[in-house]
Amino acid sequence: MLDLPPLIQRRDFLRLMSAALALASGGCVRRPAARIVPYAQTPSGLTPGEPQFYATALTQGGYAHGVLVRSDDGRPTKIEGNPAHPASLGATGPIEQGRILELWNPARSHAPLQQGLATTWQSFTSMLAARLAGLQSRGGAGLYLLTGATSSPTLRRQWQRIAQRYPAARWHVHEAVDRDAVRAGAMRAFGAALEPVYRFHRARIVAALDADFLAAMPGAVRHARDFARARSPEQAGARMNRLYAAECMPSVTGAAADHRLPLRTAEILELAQRLEARLAGNAADGGPPWFDALLADLAAHRGESLVVAGEAQPAEMHELACRINARLGNIGRTVDFIAPPPVAGESLAALVEAMRGGTVDTLLVLGANPAYDAPADLEFSAALGSVPLSVHCGLYVDETARLCHWHLPAAHELESWSDARAFDGTACIQQPLIAPLYGGYAVHEVLALLSGEHDATAHGLVQATWRETFGNDFETSWQQALQAGVIAGSASSAVKVALRAAAPAVARTVPRDAHDLELNFRPDPCIWDGRYADIPWLQELPRPLTQLTWDNAALLAPELAVEFDLHNEDVVELWVADRRIEAPVWIVNGHAPRAVTLYLGFGRRHAGDVGSGRGVDPYALRTSGAPWFTAGLGLRSTGTRVPLATVQHHHRMEEREPVRSGTLSRFLAQPDFAREAADRAPPPTLYPDFPYEGHAWGMTIDLAACIGCNACTIACQAENNIPTVGKDEVLRGREMHWIRVDRYEAAPQETGPHTDFQPVPCMQCEHAPCEVVCPVEASVHDAEGINVQVYNRCVGTRFCSNNCPYKVRRFNFLQYARDAPGLDAQRNPEVTVRNRGVMEKCNYCLQRIVRGRIAADRDNRRIADGEVVTACQAVCPTQAIVFGDLNDPASRVRANRELPRNYALLGELDTRPRTTYLAKITHPREPDDAA
Amino acid sequence: MNATAAEVARPAAPEAAPVLLGHHTDGSITDRITGIVLQRGRGAGFWLAIGISGAATVLFVVAIAWLFARGVGIWGINQPVSWGFAITNYVWWVAIGNSGTFISAFLLLLRQRWRTSINRFAEAMTIFAVAMAGLMPILHLGRPWFFYWLAPYPNAMNVWPQWRSPLVWDFFAIATYLIVSILFWYMGLLPDLATMRDAARRRGRQLAYGLAALGWRGDARHWHHYRSAYLLLGGVAAPLVISVHSVVAFEFSFANLPGWHSAIYAPYFIAGALFSGLAMALTITIPLRAIFGLHDFITARHLANIAKLMLACGWIITYTYVIELFTAFYGGDRYEIHTALARMGGDYAWIYWTVVACNVLVPQLIWWRAVRASPLALFAISILVNVGMWLERMMIILTGLYQDFLPSSWGNFTPTFWDWAILAGSLGAFALLFILFIRFVPALSMTELRRLNRDITQAGS
Repeated sequence: MLDLPPLIQRRDFLRLMSAALALASGGCVRRPAARIVPYAQTPSGLTPGEPQFYATALTQGGYAHGVLVRSDDGRPTKIEGNPAHPASLGATGPIEQGRILELWNPARSHAPLQQGLATTWQSFTSMLAARLAGLQSRGGAGLYLLTGATSSPTLRRQWQRIAQRYPAARWHVHEAVDRDAVRAGAMRAFGAALEPVYRFHRARIVAALDADFLAAMPGAVRHARDFARARSPEQAGARMNRLYAAECMPSVTGAAADHRLPLRTAEILELAQRLEARLAGNAADGGPPWFDALLADLAAHRGESLVVAGEAQPAEMHELACRINARLGNIGRTVDFIAPPPVAGESLAALVEAMRGGTVDTLLVLGANPAYDAPADLEFSAALGSVPLSVHCGLYVDETARLCHWHLPAAHELESWSDARAFDGTACIQQPLIAPLYGGYAVHEVLALLSGEHDATAHGLVQATWRETFGNDFETSWQQALQAGVIAGSASSAVKVALRAAAPAVARTVPRDAHDLELNFRPDPCIWDGRYADIPWLQELPRPLTQLTWDNAALLAPELAVEFDLHNEDVVELWVADRRIEAPVWIVNGHAPRAVTLYLGFGRRHAGDVGSGRGVDPYALRTSGAPWFTAGLGLRSTGTRVPLATVQHHHRMEEREPVRSGTLSRFLAQPDFAREAADRAPPPTLYPDFPYEGHAWGMTIDLAACIGCNACTIACQAENNIPTVGKDEVLRGREMHWIRVDRYEAAPQETGPHTDFQPVPCMQCEHAPCEVVCPVEASVHDAEGINVQVYNRCVGTRFCSNNCPYKVRRFNFLQYARDAPGLDAQRNPEVTVRNRGVMEKCNYCLQRIVRGRIAADRDNRRIADGEVVTACQAVCPTQAIVFGDLNDPASRVRANRELPRNYALLGELDTRPRTTYLAKITHPREPDDAA
Repeated sequence: MNATAAEVARPAAPEAAPVLLGHHTDGSITDRITGIVLQRGRGAGFWLAIGISGAATVLFVVAIAWLFARGVGIWGINQPVSWGFAITNYVWWVAIGNSGTFISAFLLLLRQRWRTSINRFAEAMTIFAVAMAGLMPILHLGRPWFFYWLAPYPNAMNVWPQWRSPLVWDFFAIATYLIVSILFWYMGLLPDLATMRDAARRRGRQLAYGLAALGWRGDARHWHHYRSAYLLLGGVAAPLVISVHSVVAFEFSFANLPGWHSAIYAPYFIAGALFSGLAMALTITIPLRAIFGLHDFITARHLANIAKLMLACGWIITYTYVIELFTAFYGGDRYEIHTALARMGGDYAWIYWTVVACNVLVPQLIWWRAVRASPLALFAISILVNVGMWLERMMIILTGLYQDFLPSSWGNFTPTFWDWAILAGSLGAFALLFILFIRFVPALSMTELRRLNRDITQAGS
């Protein structure tokens, strides 16, 4: 798919020739020998060609994200958020969008393997049964289970049964991106391992201490919605929230901050300690302006403020966050504490110790990949070699699968029954959309072999779990849970917490030398800890703050680059103690000057054609003692270069102000500050306006709400069958995304380097420059104002692209839409797959408009506002994108367009775009703000 | 070569040279020119030339085959620079065609007698250059097999071309130009083909030239019709010199891009076309004259006249360069100003300054009489101008596209091997066609030379 294969493969040629031969010789055979069962009875509720949506959930790190999965004649094709689910509210992040490809990925494991050779499920079960018989006599001593973090009540119940049968069995949990420190912090503060649930809509002052709560935290999509609601200049007005962020590597959250402070990760803890001390009145004045402003704001907003600490910070930081929130009276108002949704298990380090000690007899690894993502100092792979029997069950024959004696293909979350809890504890049932494509087994069915429920199906096991909860009226409750995608009233109730006396502060390895370099690890915004490395959509999705695709890099500040005379793409050697790797450099404005950040998830060795060998493996430097950041980093230029594929080369606005922004006070004083002459009165034109009598579609994008997460880009890719092009083609500047998120950097100001995001789909210009230059009428306006591209008329002159001032047109320079067999089933059947030589672009999800029109026509009515939702609009966590009918006076898009902060991008060209922007409003603290 | 060296040593005003040297009769003219085709053997030089140009043509064919198999992605074009070498080559080749028509039709109407010796191969140059030019937009298409959709023809889709697009006008401009050029050239060739038929000794040649001569017998009525038809075709062809290049210019000036959207483009492109076309005429004439010893027919005066025309066009080009900068800053449009600055100082500044050196500075050498009288110097200048004009088209396309309105979309262009292969291949194919033309067709118009000779002798006696 990525590297273009030869025109015709030898095998294809032979296949064609043999097919031709078969046709020639077998043309007189009238019927196939097999029995054919006609599709005589349609399943109830199914209309061929009409998509259906099923509510289920996707999990990551044990936290469920409720989704609705679109199924076209039995094929799951697209993932949407579930409006009823608290973590989603109808939206998703970028990763959830990519996971439909994970389901269809042809690189998934297809068969059970024994020592790498194909075997059968029966031979595995008989082998395991014999093994378990031996273990039973010892009370299960030597039986170890290793899973990723999970919140499944069924799995928990199954484990209880296993523990009854094998009391000495052990369950370990490994998650490369864990939240142990959060729970440990609560333990220190309150005496119980709890997790915070944030209520951002109630917080007027938010301090994010190394916390990327908008993108990389359980509940991030919900956080983004709540945060944007409290930030809307129209809804919140003068009560608009204010965000302070201290972080090392710029994140989506830091980019949204009104005040951002770049600090080494270790220094953020000191900052929090000072903050706590100052709030307690135990410390003298003094601190950077950022600090004083935050302090004053927090003090003035008791009960309406919120301090959030990130997973990468140690337990002390989380304890401090708990204490500060408690001191400010925020607990119960902007933050609640609940029992952690994921099930607690023992650590990977303990498991490795047991493996070394020879106590592990049988190890079952379910859905984890420690051979790749375990801390380097544990040397998991070496320890695994000493285990007498190791079994891996996972989606791929990955690094761990290759080291285990047995491998079982796992069923995907969209292929099996299960259950899970969301960040706030809300439970939901996961239901399968399709029978396992590659013969995978549900985790529950594998565990059932241990618990003695040999013939149990995952369906039966999950039902058995909930039978107790639902009580007598099981069928109704079950159906309701499936339909809604959530189990009503299952959210965890807030635990009443009381602060314990503060423990004496533990000395941390804070870099004493201000010049010491710090190395940071962060999950990749797209492929996370590496588990999604084989999903091309996610690999090719630009990382929000770097605009890089297909690679990770040593991310560092311009100051450090100057000091070491480094440029983008220069390869450096990084070392911590005696561990070293080489990585190309990518310079990130706003990064803490004395630190380097590596995104996890790259350098996979066995992740299919797409994921293997991309980027560098940061786990080689990651140790269990310092999983997130470590001092004492060494850095040296190697003098070599590696090309990195970025989708944006220029990050300054060049005084063109595509993103117009102003502070809240400016906005309140002059609400239409963003409007220019062209926005007030359109420039004159020679042609009369076209009368739109029916619908006139339009879109507004609220830059005050947009956090730049890129979910719209990948949702559009999923909806519109947009191909990925591969790293080489991105390097040539040929990525195909129909809606891109531009990123601009303002010059460093007092509030820190300033990042603006701007999603740019087709503007659907009323005076479209692309239309007049197309020689064959492939680019035309429809009667509802959409600038449509007629693919099968396009001859590919590319004049339209030249003439598009927004450069939103995408050209199939080569045959990009060439999917591996199996992947074509994922495609949206309502959208043409484009061939090479054809121009394509956003068309406001025309297929969705058509579906809305058919529904409305059937009832003989107009399409109602909100009935047609574009893919980018549906996925947007902050609801920044609004689409609708400009002719409908009651539509939201019309109301937005009449807002004073509505402006047209490049309006002075008189293209009269139908997609317009709402100016970005920030809310920095100003000198005369009340203390 | 001796003659060339002799001329260099004799730097009298080249304009003073007569348009025809030596004492010629109808017969001697016929013998000299038919001799090139009929008597001259095929020496090593011929086969070497055929070999080199043939190899480049093979490269052209391979590059086109690969292009059709894989798509335009084999080139370096991208977003935002989605036009590249193909359009540059196109504008360059069509411009080279321009001067042939200018020489044969424009100067015919202006009764410039000196055109007589050079119009035949200048016209051939036009046809082959326009043929190369005509290929380029088709190769450039994403789906070249549908190129005919630009033509209005009744079809099942019930769609006509989109008439507002300059690309549609271009389709007609090129088609018209090619047809008229071929007619004009062939029409002028008829009496000479008859001469070849009569001079040929071998049956096969007699038959071939006889068929091609369409039964020309030198009848007085033939001559009568021929004269008026030729003049009429000249009248039809002359406006094409202006119109074709205006349409090519519209392809840029109708776009809204800074650096493209400019009213000066049509005259700019016409002057530029003439400039590069005359340069190519010199590039061809000078070796042709030396190799075939045509010093009697192509004198120093011819070369000097072409050079002086080139100098004049060079000044129009220079004026345009200055005016473009002036309007960018005078207009005050931030995008125009940025593009102007990016041209002179951006990543492709070297192209701009090479263009200025080749097209503005180098032609100034023509002011010197010694340079005008030196075929070698003129040849070098003509090569530099050809390079400069190719780069100028590249500069217009590249700098108009690589940094336009939204800084987020800015991006550079790097050509690939296949970009260069198409350029080199088209040069090879052009050369091959031209060599074959010289080999099989009288390269100079015997008819007109005989007439010129008679006019001169009559005036002299």
